[in-house]
Amino acid sequence: MSVASEDLHTRGSGRDVHEEPGGHGTFRDYMTGFLASVVLTAIPFWLVMSDVLGNPRLTGIVVMGFAVVQIVVHMVYFLHMNTKSEGGWTILALIFTLTLVLITLVGSVWVMYHLDTNMMPADHGMHMPAPQSTPTEPGVAAPAPHQHQH
Amino acid sequence: MAAHSTAAFTADDFKGPGDTPVFHDAQGKHHPEGGTMLGFWLYLMSDCLIFAALFAVYAVLGRNYAAGPSPKDLFDLKLVALNTSMLLFSSITYGFAMLEMEKEKQGRMLLWLGVTGLFGLCFIGLELYEFHHLIHEGATPQRSAFLSAFFTLVGTHGLHVSLGIVWLVILMIQVQMRGLGDENKRRLMCLSMFWHFLDVVWIGVFTFVYLMGVL
Repeated sequence: MSVASEDLHTRGSGRDVHEEPGGHGTFRDYMTGFLASVVLTAIPFWLVMSDVLGNPRLTGIVVMGFAVVQIVVHMVYFLHMNTKSEGGWTILALIFTLTLVLITLVGSVWVMYHLDTNMMPADHGMHMPAPQSTPTEPGVAAPAPHQHQH
Repeated sequence: MAAHSTAAFTADDFKGPGDTPVFHDAQGKHHPEGGTMLGFWLYLMSDCLIFAALFAVYAVLGRNYAAGPSPKDLFDLKLVALNTSMLLFSSITYGFAMLEMEKEKQGRMLLWLGVTGLFGLCFIGLELYEFHHLIHEGATPQRSAFLSAFFTLVGTHGLHVSLGIVWLVILMIQVQMRGLGDENKRRLMCLSMFWHFLDVVWIGVFTFVYLMGVL
């Protein structure tokens, strides 16, 4: 390999050493990725375990942010992703997959959240007629009577 | 390897006589590894979609406890942190094995692969301990939608790691028997991608399931 002779600082612009994913990292690459991962793992655990921020919502968002950064670090330093490998086909496949993953995740959560909200029992019903207009008849096996609003 | 690394494509590479484009790559320059690495990458992407579906299931059902235990009651973050470090260490040791492979040092490569396998086994051991503990406490997959989704997602990841260890052992035996030829190098690089990919999935698991679960 011609890695040793190459100037490490210019590798970002013209890295034609990495031709395909899977192999061809340098020791420096792996150690950088590893140390970054350790830090990016330790901070979220610390944030949650000692409840540093004191706000579950904010902590959740920050922890998710760290996960995204760590996934990118793993992709670059361990899986050696770049726009050049296999003539750009790996990154294209990755972008396509990430699009599908995003649709799957956001779509599921979005649809199921609204379904859940609109299918709530009658006491939270949003589009139901007023309870007075539909009195439940005694003797009929009707669903449980409407509860009063809390 | 060095011959491929210097290969750069110009427009002339894809032109035959008379300036007609050639789509059959007669020179074999286009995919140096015969397309295996790209094909395996595509497999990993499809695997990624499986995990995306399981994450989506967990996102939808993860708060449906059916009056059963919640993540706060069940999850031991110290154990999860230990588990995470096992997988992270196994990732870097696999990286060291790949570096030794490039230097053609078979013995040291096998040593690092062995260390990787041990870290993998520790990970699986800790996960099985956690599952056993949960089931012992009555938090079985049948208990609630949350627990069904949890066991499916984390169990599928654990199954992947287990099969990765089986693959690792088989490759170690194969390298010992046949040496470090081109075929075995290609196989080891595929497993490398598989292994690092599982670590990427685990980032999602420990963040989304464990850390955000106990918030």
